[in-house]
Amino acid sequence: MYAIKTEKLTKKYKEKTAVSNLDLKINEGEMYGLLGVNGAGKTTTMKMLTTLIMPSSGDAELLGHSIKTDRAAVKQIIGISPQESAAAMNLTARENLELMAEVYGFSKKVAKSKASELIERFSMQEFENRKAKKLSGGEVRRLSIAMALISEPKILFLDEPTLGLDVIARHSLWTEIEKLKGKITVILTTHYLEEAVALCDRIGIMAHSKFMAEGTADELVALSGEKDFESAFVKLTNGGEL
Amino acid sequence: MRFRAFTSRNTKEILRDPLTFCFGLGFPVVLLLLLSAINSAIPEQAQMTMFNIDKLTPGITVFGMSFISLFSSMLIAKDRTTSFMMRLFTSPLKAHEFIIGYTLPLLPMAILQSAVCVVVAFFLGLEVSVNILLMLAVNIPIAIVFISLGLLLGTLLNEKAVGGICGALLTNLSAWFSNIWFDTAMVGGWFKDLANALPFVHAVNAARDAISGNYSDIMPELLPVCGYAVVLLVLAVVVFSVMMKRNK
Ligand SMILES: Nc1ncnc2c1ncn2[C@@H]1O[C@H](COP(=O)(O)OP(=O)(O)OP(=O)(O)O)[C@@H](O)[C@H]1O
Ligand SMILES: [Mg+2]
Repeated sequence: MYAIKTEKLTKKYKEKTAVSNLDLKINEGEMYGLLGVNGAGKTTTMKMLTTLIMPSSGDAELLGHSIKTDRAAVKQIIGISPQESAAAMNLTARENLELMAEVYGFSKKVAKSKASELIERFSMQEFENRKAKKLSGGEVRRLSIAMALISEPKILFLDEPTLGLDVIARHSLWTEIEKLKGKITVILTTHYLEEAVALCDRIGIMAHSKFMAEGTADELVALSGEKDFESAFVKLTNGGEL
Repeated sequence: MRFRAFTSRNTKEILRDPLTFCFGLGFPVVLLLLLSAINSAIPEQAQMTMFNIDKLTPGITVFGMSFISLFSSMLIAKDRTTSFMMRLFTSPLKAHEFIIGYTLPLLPMAILQSAVCVVVAFFLGLEVSVNILLMLAVNIPIAIVFISLGLLLGTLLNEKAVGGICGALLTNLSAWFSNIWFDTAMVGGWFKDLANALPFVHAVNAARDAISGNYSDIMPELLPVCGYAVVLLVLAVVVFSVMMKRNK
């Protein structure tokens, strides 16, 4: 069984087709990167896969559960860190973590200990009791990702997880994300190519709502006939032309 | 219980905005002081008992809840646009758990508001008796009406629109059709019929019956209010669930 399998997944807004006939197959335990320029359709794809919006046509299955007909089962196995860091602004970092754990059905006691564990893992001790609205952009982002992990999802969606992080914070987050490899399925979007190359088992490139190419970083470079990944990305995004 | 976590988040959200919270509690008190001052200026020969403290207090406690409506509608309308809410929409929380999670912390706030109002009324001459506690209990259904009305409107409208609708329209509606400021029976005709079809008049009557000890009159007045409370709460859940699934 695939962790994620989409079939002609399509999202049309009135005039605009945001995602068109997407066919994706992502294996369990795989770390998959979705690359593409602004407006390519990455976030829309994630929103469909996380039940936030209904596809216009096509379907997708997450570990065998359809995002159209089996939404409750899908919700139980996913975790998401949205593109805009999402925390309850009037709650402290710790309270946010405990809230998420309890929402997924963990008892108060378990929620507390899981929160402590994640606070340590993501080095949030310094600001665990500060309200989310008083955290810096990078701090909220770390919190947001920890919130996505606390429910022990089988499939984790990270929409631009390292946006706005400083170099040190980015590298320590990479280390944390890397530790998830093989344990859970991760699908992440990013505009930092080196991030995708460093972290992802396979990379998919989207442009203008369509899927352009897929493979390991090396395969994509070979496919494009270029020397490095950046030129390969540009070429594949433009449909073969540099 | 999944919704309990969300309930406690909303409680914190309310309590950590102390300005709005205190204004909510103080709002009916100001009205009460104002009107009893007016009442003391009305000569006794006028035989105008409408604003006597035992009549006025129940009316004001009910009217004061229109503020809770405004509050609940703003809370939900604001939340809906946040990415925090988007995250919760991908969680197993169901529409009814969201609505319960909003209603539960607002209910004590509404009753606390009534209680504060009553305590001030004691100083203005309201008789201290157990009937007061009964009145607070009788106010629970109308509190649910106001809260679910707020949640319903806050789900349908954006934050700006809802301020106008709840702030102006609903306060006026509950003021005109409630027997607080004047007896709707005095106007008669369609006005009275409309007032009787809405829950506000009945809620005020039930609260007055409770405070004056006319126990047998309470239930007939309270039943339509309970009906409204149930229907509006269910409606709020249904509308919220549609909003959750709507393609954004
Ligand atoms: N609600 C909407 N109504 C109309 N068009 C929309 C809506 N949401 C997204 N779009 C459009 O769909 C396209 C894809 O958007 P999407 O957010 O998926 O892009 P993205 O790949 O995540 O881009 P970015 O890297 O900038 O985050 C964009 O052109 C966007 O304007
Ligand atoms: Mg995006």
